Amino acid sequence: MGKVARSPWLLHYDGSSCNGCDIEVLACLTPVYDAERFGIMNTGDPLQADIFLITGGVNTQNKDVVKQIYDQMPRPKVVVAVGVCACTGGVFKECYNILGGADSVIPVDIYVPGCAARPQAIIDGIVKAVALFQERSDEHDAKVKAEKKGGR
Amino acid sequence: MAVDLSRRSVIPYGPQHPVLPEPIHLDLVIEDEKVVEAIPSIGFIHRGLEGLAMKKDFNDMQYVIERICGICSFMHGMGYCEALEGIFEVEVPDRAKFLRTIWCEMSRIHSHLLWLGLLADGFGFESLFYQAWRIREKILDMAELTTGGRLIASVNKIGGVLKDIDDDMTKAILKNIGEIEEELKQIEKTFLLDYTVQSRLKGVGVLTKEQIHELGGVGPVARASGVNVDLRKRGYAAYKYLDFEPVTSNDGDCYARCNVRLHEVYQSIDLIRQAIAKLPEDRTLAVPVKGNPDGECFVRLEQSRGEAVYYAKATGGKFLDRMRIRTPTFANIPSLCEMLKGATLSDVGLLVITIDPCISCTER
Repeated sequence: MGKVARSPWLLHYDGSSCNGCDIEVLACLTPVYDAERFGIMNTGDPLQADIFLITGGVNTQNKDVVKQIYDQMPRPKVVVAVGVCACTGGVFKECYNILGGADSVIPVDIYVPGCAARPQAIIDGIVKAVALFQERSDEHDAKVKAEKKGGR
Repeated sequence: MAVDLSRRSVIPYGPQHPVLPEPIHLDLVIEDEKVVEAIPSIGFIHRGLEGLAMKKDFNDMQYVIERICGICSFMHGMGYCEALEGIFEVEVPDRAKFLRTIWCEMSRIHSHLLWLGLLADGFGFESLFYQAWRIREKILDMAELTTGGRLIASVNKIGGVLKDIDDDMTKAILKNIGEIEEELKQIEKTFLLDYTVQSRLKGVGVLTKEQIHELGGVGPVARASGVNVDLRKRGYAAYKYLDFEPVTSNDGDCYARCNVRLHEVYQSIDLIRQAIAKLPEDRTLAVPVKGNPDGECFVRLEQSRGEAVYYAKATGGKFLDRMRIRTPTFANIPSLCEMLKGATLSDVGLLVITIDPCISCTER
């Protein structure tokens, strides 16, 4: 396990979900499931976040908010779509205001299924996201190093 | 001419904010540290479920209505079913009524414990937040045992319920709610008697009885201001067979709202005990419902956040003509805006939490 994988910061935003996945995400961070044992910290600030957890589909009003949060996060970053609504739109797919899953606006790396997604599944998604985050971070470091060398 | 020396500025609050699990946006007009006016703008979770009701089969729609909100999921499903049962003019079997009551009270316990945790998080008492959520897991285990889902139960159907609670399950429920009662008594002391908690809650966001009447507040917010209103007294489901009195308080501040919700958890525990003791022996769970709905019906329920109203209208087709839901948070937003006037900026997060906002209910 690399350095950054020990302390990724997590940002949660509720797209247009029914709340079910949101409270399961919160339940993950509390004692019984305790995702914080992986070194994760829940933050409210996009500028400091590494992993973006999004629940619920994207609608016409919040698509700019989701995109803005994603753009504000520093690279490298990982996006986890939690729940079937964030993956595809779910039961609300046919609603007039729903554009689709989170991937209709931002690139999604990991899809966690379930309605509502169970805490175990969410933790599985987070652990996978942490590994991907380490990978991307290494790539990023190597790139920066190569650029520095080339610059000299 | 007098010169206005005070400077007003507008602070946008939300939709993405650390204290809120859900997006609500408020434009706070502040003067120094004091909020002068709060202008809410909603619509970040609007999906258009009432529109969907017009193009989805009325039986399937039950499962979509449950997903209006993950916290009050069971009660939404039940409200929809009661409205449709009203149109079909069928009487639900007694056992189904009692089972619905038990599940309702279980979701009330989990909703209130969730709120107590979020309140503790709102005033920065992290360990208290964790304790409340630890206790809450016990009731979720019981929901999983009896319905198969932690949050979305999907056990309602038009005409009754789909699953039964057998004797082993009732024993497990009684054991678990006993444990919850014991553990809640331990953290109750911190919520109600701790000096720091009291200094954050007492005298903050006061609403008088008259203001509640004027603004149309519902649920625990109204009861904390001394308005004795609880729709369970209407006697829907099995509430007419159970003995209870609405919990009220007269102070109308954040402390009173915390107190009311905390005691409602005990009340729900008591109601579950009563309902299990009176559970009818006849194991018929549902009555058959034939044909398509024709007519209209209006149902009122007491959700954990207050009064919810369901209206359904059909004209003999497979789809409903109109489905309308008025949710408790929507009724409480005017009270929130009134509370925010004159509050300091640091109390805004706490005051928003104190009405127990459920934005996904409100916007559907």
